[in-house]
Amino acid sequence: MTDAITASGLVKRYGDVVALAGVDLSVPSGTVLGLLGPNGAGKTTVVRILSTLLRPDRGSATVAGVDVLADPREVRRRIGLSGQYAAVDEYLTGFENLQMIGRLYHLGRPRARERARELLAAFRLEDAADRPARTYSGGMRRRLDLAGALVANPPVLFLDEPTTGLDPRSRIEMWEVIQNLVKAGTTLLLTTQYLEEADVLADTIVVIDHGRVIARGTADELKAQVGGERLEVTVSDGDRLADAVDVLAPVAAGEASTEPHRRAMTLPVVGGASALVDALRRLDAAGIEVDDVGLRRPTLDDVFLTLTGRPAEDADDQEVA
Amino acid sequence: MRVPSVLADADVVARRNITKIKRVPDLLVFTTLQPIMFVLLFSYVFGGAIGSALGSGSGAGEAYREFLMAGIFAQTVIFGATITGSALAEDVKKGIIDRFRSLPMAPSAVLAGRTLSDVVNNVIVLVVMSLTGLAVGWRIRSGFVDAVIGYVVLLAFAYAVSWIMAWVGMLVRSPEVFNNASFIVIFPLTFIAITFVPLDTLPAPLQRFAEWNPVSSVTQAAREQFGNVIPGTPEPAAWPLQNPVLYTLLWAVVILAVFIPLANLQYRRSTSR
Ligand SMILES: Nc1ncnc2c1ncn2[C@@H]1O[C@H](COP(=O)(O)OP(=O)(O)O)[C@@H](O)[C@H]1O
Ligand SMILES: [Mg+2]
Repeated sequence: MTDAITASGLVKRYGDVVALAGVDLSVPSGTVLGLLGPNGAGKTTVVRILSTLLRPDRGSATVAGVDVLADPREVRRRIGLSGQYAAVDEYLTGFENLQMIGRLYHLGRPRARERARELLAAFRLEDAADRPARTYSGGMRRRLDLAGALVANPPVLFLDEPTTGLDPRSRIEMWEVIQNLVKAGTTLLLTTQYLEEADVLADTIVVIDHGRVIARGTADELKAQVGGERLEVTVSDGDRLADAVDVLAPVAAGEASTEPHRRAMTLPVVGGASALVDALRRLDAAGIEVDDVGLRRPTLDDVFLTLTGRPAEDADDQEVA
Repeated sequence: MRVPSVLADADVVARRNITKIKRVPDLLVFTTLQPIMFVLLFSYVFGGAIGSALGSGSGAGEAYREFLMAGIFAQTVIFGATITGSALAEDVKKGIIDRFRSLPMAPSAVLAGRTLSDVVNNVIVLVVMSLTGLAVGWRIRSGFVDAVIGYVVLLAFAYAVSWIMAWVGMLVRSPEVFNNASFIVIFPLTFIAITFVPLDTLPAPLQRFAEWNPVSSVTQAAREQFGNVIPGTPEPAAWPLQNPVLYTLLWAVVILAVFIPLANLQYRRSTSR
């Protein structure tokens, strides 16, 4: 399998701020790479360099087989970009936005119109097609922006935090849209601050922090590192904590840990909600009352805590400081 | 890059901008309302005082209105040119420029389209201003060709200025900052000139500045081409005001030669935030 995106030794400084301190990436054709990191990690900078908007201080990159630095124009023919903030023209209608982009890809007037209609239908924006984008909701703008990135059917797609700022429902909708694209064979580089999102959408995850890659692997590999899903149980009667550990042993995917002073225990599980239901049944059958029970999925914070020994927010604080 | 493709892309961009004028007419209304207000305020408030300085006795007010219009035209098209900068600053801020820059279009087309649509904007504004002028008694007292040259000089100078604005707009990346900054620079420039008062009413040091200020020459050019020079005013002593059309066009050429490359360079560098 050939690589649709390669980057090696990307360095970018803004004055004293080192946005990228030597990033290497490779994304095989037809796969999805999730670039995961907290605010200020350098995700947008990577996307900007690969999509020809920014020149790195050092390093090289190819996209769809074309050298990004040597032939940016040719790269632009082969990519679609949806930036961190939806770049739709608020005064144009959804249709006009897409038609304009089609014409700037030189599709020709009739084809640009046709393509705009196709995409509006595919993204369920038909009803809003002739309304100025100013009247769109956040989710609709995002979809329109993504549609804009797809006008020329590019083989390589960059999506910078495609669901940040969306409500949960729009986020799930966006995930579905993205999953359909990927089925059609598009190579995708997607950035996100959510481990869950990378888990759902990406084949491979690269975690970056302060402009450096700190981990890479599949979602399962990363989760294995941070311990996967955990069940957290707080029993009503502290004396029965040990019983609870025994009762739940069949559900556990590993060693349970207890915090007697909080009457709480944590145990790694697999199978998510079904493990939760199973655990509740067993506790009930054993007559153990619980105050609280919850399933905790590993988050970016857990990944960070494990990989760097500090929470992801720290990265943010340091940017501000 | 092939020239036809640059033009085609610039055309697409210009159409997009003109659609915005249609969708948000307030913008156009306010760019024309301000000069209309100036025409009325200046001609009726200062008309008497400055009109008598122009030495036309009883018809002081009318004489001043006649004199004033060219100055208002000049100020209006220069302010019209600032739209280029604030619109581009807004486009950079909103990520629209990022979008354009990620497309395989001609890079120069975005600025070419922008400055072109702002000329269209200025043409509309000039038409409205001319009608306002006619309503308050202003007349073109020259021939058709002379008048056309007058309008063309105004538009050509404003076109050049809009390239300065394009550069500044993409540099500051904030429409608010741009608007405040451009106002601070342009307001004095259009006042220390012969736009609203005759040269000899200015203090001596300001007179020197006003004589070489291209806002004076573009005003003088329009005033002469429209046949609005008050009879009996002395010949200007400074070369720029003796050859206002030539001097103004020289400025335009120099500005374009410097700022088209600068603005295009900034465009290729600019990213949002
Ligand atoms: N234009 C810029 N000027 C100065 N610093 C910048 C600029 N763009 C990004 N940075 C800095 O570079 C670092 C990485 O930024 P970015 O790539 O936007 O991170 P992310 O997208 O992961 O939030 C941050 O510290 C940010 O403040
Ligand atoms: Mg970012």
